[in-house]
Amino acid sequence: MKLRFVGTIAAALLIMFAGYAALFIAPEERTMHEIQRIFYFHLASWITSFTAFFIAFVANAAYLATRRAKWDWLGVAGAEVGVACCTIGLITGPLWARPVWGIWWTWDARLTTTFILWLLYISYLLLRGLIEDPQRRATLSAIYGVFAFLDVPLVYMANRLWRTQHPQPVILGGSGSGLDPVMSKVLLVCVIASFGVMTLGFLDRYRLEQLRHECEELRQEVESRAIESQSISKKGQT
Amino acid sequence: MKNFQNLFIAWMVVWAVFFLYEVSVALRMGRLRDEIERLKRQLREG
Repeated sequence: MKLRFVGTIAAALLIMFAGYAALFIAPEERTMHEIQRIFYFHLASWITSFTAFFIAFVANAAYLATRRAKWDWLGVAGAEVGVACCTIGLITGPLWARPVWGIWWTWDARLTTTFILWLLYISYLLLRGLIEDPQRRATLSAIYGVFAFLDVPLVYMANRLWRTQHPQPVILGGSGSGLDPVMSKVLLVCVIASFGVMTLGFLDRYRLEQLRHECEELRQEVESRAIESQSISKKGQT
Repeated sequence: MKNFQNLFIAWMVVWAVFFLYEVSVALRMGRLRDEIERLKRQLREG
C-alpha cells in the first residue's frame, strides 16, 4: 500500500515535470510555434498505447497457448490502458491539426487506421462484457485480441507507405528525419512520465481482474452450497 | 501565446483521461471488494 502511494506521487510529480518541460524547456518550433508543443503529449501517448497493445497481444497469444487465467488478466489490462492512451492521442491530434492544417480531421491512411485501432480495442472490451462464462470469455477475447493487434503495424507504417495529411515520421523516419537534442530529451521525459502513469493503471487493472476472479469463485461456492442445502432439506422432507 | 487555448486543452485532456481512468478502476475495485466481503460473510454464516 505504501509502495502504491509512493508510486502514485512519483508518477504525478513526473507528469508535472514533463508538462513543465514540454511547455517551458523545449525550444519553440520554427514553423508551427507554440502549438507544436502538443507533440510531446501526443507522441508519448502513442508510444505508451502501442506498448500496452503489444503487452495485450503477447498476453493473448500466451493465453491461447497455456490457458492460464493470469495471461487473460494481463491481456485485458494491456487493452484497457492502451485504449486510454489511444484516446489521448486521438483527442490531442485534432487539437494540434486544427491550427496547423486548418481541419480537425481527415480520413487519410494514418488517421483512419488509428481510428479503426481504437474501435477494435473498444470492441474487445465490449466483447468481454457480453460473455459470462470466464473461460469462453478469455478464449474468444484472446483470439480477437491477437487479430486486433494486426492493425498496430499498419498504423505505424501508414505514413511511410502512403502519402498522408499526417506528417512523415520525425523519429526513425530515415534520412532527413530527427529531432533537436533538447526536444529529444523533453520527449524522453514525457515518454517516461507516460509510462509511469501507464504502469500504475496497468497494475491496478490487473489487480481488478484478480478480484473479479476471486469474486466469481466465491459466487460459485455460495451457489453450490445453496444447492447442497436445498437437496438436504428435500431429502429430510421425503 | 498563439493557440494557447488548444495547447492548454491538450494538457488538460492528458490529465483528465489519466485521472478518470484511475478513478474508474478504483471505483470498480471498491465495488468488487464490497461484493467479496458480502460473499465471504454469506459463506461464514452458512
